[in-house]
Amino acid sequence: MRRLATDTMIMAERNLVRLPRNPDLFTAFTIQPIMFVLLFVYVFGGAISTPGYDYVDFLIPGIIVQNIAFGGFITAMGLAEDLNRGLIDRFRSLPMSRAALLAGRTLSDVATNTLSMVILIVTGLIIGFSFNANIGEILLGVVLLLFFGYAFSWVFAFLGMLVTTPEAANSLGFMLVFPLTFISSAFVPTESMPSALQWFADVNPFTVVVDAMRALWLGAPAGNDVWGAFVWSAVIIVVFAPLAVWRYRAAAER
Amino acid sequence: MDSAQRRTSPQPTDAPAISVRGLVKTYGDVRAVDGVDFEVRRGTVLGLLGPNGAGKTTTVRMLTTLQKPDAGELLVDGIDAVADAAKLREHIGLAGQNASVDESLTGSENIVMFGRLYGMSRKNAKARATRLLEQFQLSDAADRPVKNYSGGMRRRLDLAASLVAEPPVLFLDEPTTGLDPRSRLDLWEVIEQLVAGGTTVLLTTQYLDEADRLADDIAVIDHGKVIAKGTPDELKARVGGERLVVALADEASAPDAIAALGPMCTDTPVVEDGAVKLYVSRREGAIVEAVRRLDEAGVGVEDIGLHRPTMDDVFLALTGHAAEERTDDETEEATA
Repeated sequence: MRRLATDTMIMAERNLVRLPRNPDLFTAFTIQPIMFVLLFVYVFGGAISTPGYDYVDFLIPGIIVQNIAFGGFITAMGLAEDLNRGLIDRFRSLPMSRAALLAGRTLSDVATNTLSMVILIVTGLIIGFSFNANIGEILLGVVLLLFFGYAFSWVFAFLGMLVTTPEAANSLGFMLVFPLTFISSAFVPTESMPSALQWFADVNPFTVVVDAMRALWLGAPAGNDVWGAFVWSAVIIVVFAPLAVWRYRAAAER
Repeated sequence: MDSAQRRTSPQPTDAPAISVRGLVKTYGDVRAVDGVDFEVRRGTVLGLLGPNGAGKTTTVRMLTTLQKPDAGELLVDGIDAVADAAKLREHIGLAGQNASVDESLTGSENIVMFGRLYGMSRKNAKARATRLLEQFQLSDAADRPVKNYSGGMRRRLDLAASLVAEPPVLFLDEPTTGLDPRSRLDLWEVIEQLVAGGTTVLLTTQYLDEADRLADDIAVIDHGKVIAKGTPDELKARVGGERLVVALADEASAPDAIAALGPMCTDTPVVEDGAVKLYVSRREGAIVEAVRRLDEAGVGVEDIGLHRPTMDDVFLALTGHAAEERTDDETEEATA
């Protein structure tokens, strides 16, 4: 167990050291989210009606959830790259914990997700976002975001090993996760959608998590959303972590 | 942790460092490794020689715990590679086409990372990295990302990474494939130094000259089976030694040339494309002697050269129908 913890930290450190040396990747979760916030607020903001809230207040929790969910694509690309280049074989020939490679990947995503989240909150505050919450609620929101992001890293870990190249991992993740984030309450109120879409949006875990964030940060009515969001995140981990480990074994021994 | 320290072997020194018996691995209907047996004596190099797809890499992957065999007994440094896989990983190093390094990390960061994954402290791993990079002439490049390395530097780093924990047994899977001649020579010298220091090496290669230079013993493998074993000299003797090719100024003088060269050769000379071709038993002085004999017989010569036996020659000599059989195989694989 101690071995797993030590090796996981070594692998997470490796991922974080690599990151600033890949400028494409680095802009993907620093500059890009800022661009999205500005586009949504200033291009769509005037046309989208969000009763009870300024659009910037409505948007920031939603776009942070979307962004955090996508943070895991670094795991998908990194694992696909390691498999592709034969680095996984070297790791598997070492007397290290075999789970550490995946655990280290998903753990380092928490660090990059934190960076993304801070950048988005600061951007939001600059363009007029304001919390309507006490410090405890704000911090619980942060914990929920990182937990949900961690859960999605396991989804991406699984996707990264379904395909053979980092590029394919990236586009597969994009195709599957992008519609999920849009057919939710992240960018527009679900009431504005056609009824079939609205039904899907309302059961979509993204909506649950986004509504939970609005409850925590904006004082929106919470209902079951906050604990529901934690349960959803836990369920995603319970389902996708074993799937990822199973694909990892199969891919590595081929 | 003491796992980074060099281990004293649990076996008496006369026991083989690697022992493989009845090894089998199948993929669907294909028997990739089909009953392989060999042993590697402690402190020596065994060259596993064979064409692509012969089963060399699969054998190495099973010996290094990356894959489980379907049948057979694998002992490395006295440790069962299947039952005690986790323990064995502390005693082996793997380098070559199947094990690479992180392209975005520097050379030094790579070695430190692998050292720590072997259980070394960060401080010890750093000290070890400095020594290894110096030994492999990579000190100047230690702080540059590996993606900026040349092919030869990358392979040296790859080899250095496999030596972090000073493993008593080292697996090198086609370590010089794709390298330029100068880099190959450099890498050969490094491997020779390791062996001189007591490391046991299992080397897979497609190149006869590589096996010839590095290996104490060679096992030739084809279609998942060992088809010949012996020292490099023994194998070459079976191939028929070096081939002398004499391009004649006038093809009509071929009978005179054959008569003049007859005493030198180990088989019957053949005439092809205006050239006389024959196997000679000794390389040294063969050209000088041939030129002298041809000159005395008054035969005009346009060009003359000695050709070392190639992998194809070995296969031809050992199987008698290598080239043809391999073409059939490729067709089978394409339709399978």
